[in-house]
Amino acid sequence: MAEDKIIDCRGLLCPEPVLRVKKEIDSMPGGGRFVVMADSAAARDNISRHAAGRGWKVRISEDSDVFRLEIGNQ
Amino acid sequence: MTRERALLLFAGGIVGLLAICLVALGNPPNMGFCIACFLRDTAGGLGLHRAAAAQYIRPEILGLALGSFGVAVATREFRPAGGASSLTRFLLGFLVMLGMLVFLGCPLRLVLRLAAGDLNALIGLAGLVAGVAAGNEFLKRGFSLGRANPLRQVNGYVFPALVLAGLVLLLARPAFIFFSQEGPGSMRAPVFVALAAGVAVGVLAQRARLCMVGGIRDFLLFRDTHLLSGFAAVGVVAFAGSLLTGNFHAGFANQPIAHNQFLWNFLGMSLAGMGSVLLGGCPLRQLVLAGEGNTDAAVAILGMLAGAATAHNFGLAASPQGVPLAGQVVVITGIMAVMLLAWFNREPVRA
Repeated sequence: MAEDKIIDCRGLLCPEPVLRVKKEIDSMPGGGRFVVMADSAAARDNISRHAAGRGWKVRISEDSDVFRLEIGNQ
Repeated sequence: MTRERALLLFAGGIVGLLAICLVALGNPPNMGFCIACFLRDTAGGLGLHRAAAAQYIRPEILGLALGSFGVAVATREFRPAGGASSLTRFLLGFLVMLGMLVFLGCPLRLVLRLAAGDLNALIGLAGLVAGVAAGNEFLKRGFSLGRANPLRQVNGYVFPALVLAGLVLLLARPAFIFFSQEGPGSMRAPVFVALAAGVAVGVLAQRARLCMVGGIRDFLLFRDTHLLSGFAAVGVVAFAGSLLTGNFHAGFANQPIAHNQFLWNFLGMSLAGMGSVLLGGCPLRQLVLAGEGNTDAAVAILGMLAGAATAHNFGLAASPQGVPLAGQVVVITGIMAVMLLAWFNREPVRA
């Protein structure tokens, strides 16, 4: 199985992380999965809200101050 | 309702309530809380400008930054970072302040003015929405000021330390610190009440990510009403408070610390809205981010302080009599400058 695409949103302020996630979801009309790296709680919450609002599932883990969000709808 | 949404509505409601209380306790009318006005007063208190009616190191501002800092440390959200186009952020903060001082208020005061019946704020709101929409167009085309990098802890403490120094100056009242004897700068709620209110707003705004510009931005970009609901909560509570305290007077004329030049109310807030979107949030949010250790946001706040000083040293700021010609020229120039900065900061390829 191929590695999940990683979108690096570390160091970005609102709304850039959500815009990047929106673009990724928009580019997957048939569904799929990808991983987002973020380093602020605001970005984590905003991305989760956006993805969940569009019916995608989000799994969050944290490692040394970096959030890893696994986003998928399958 | 999600817990996140409930917290945001609560935070917005408390901000509206505290704003009404601060006016009742001595703050200028419709100015219970205003980041633009209070940074301008603080610049005056520090002697950076000599507008005698706008000199007072506002404890609300100091408390807000310290509240955000404290809660960020307590919740492990204090993360020093910086280095994402800092000088550009300084200039954007500077220009946002010039726009706000032509309208006479930040997006938060806009809501408070509207809630008290000042219909000029409706024109300002239209301008703010237009400015945010313009900023969004640049965002959609790949605008970015780049990534902030993590910094050593000490760098995140610099801004809170400067704020503490401001608090020491406010309380110690050395001879070189200015205190307005008349005008809005002389109208103030008791220091410790204002400071406590500021801390409360800082804590709540940090936890709820309250952002006035963000509310309009997210609604236009994503049809996401989350942040907008915080904006609405401030307005609803302030409206009720204005009615209860007898401070609701609907109309355009003779509104407190406001003018009714439609074009300049519109364009001033357009400049503020567009610049704020590019900065990643309204002045309130920048203060909160600075408290969380984001030194880029702190630089934007310093830009706002410099903008306030410049506005009053060079006669650019509006007064209830209207907007001086120099202020009009600067707003137009500022809008063009922000658009150029936005255009040339597009990233060709998105990650």
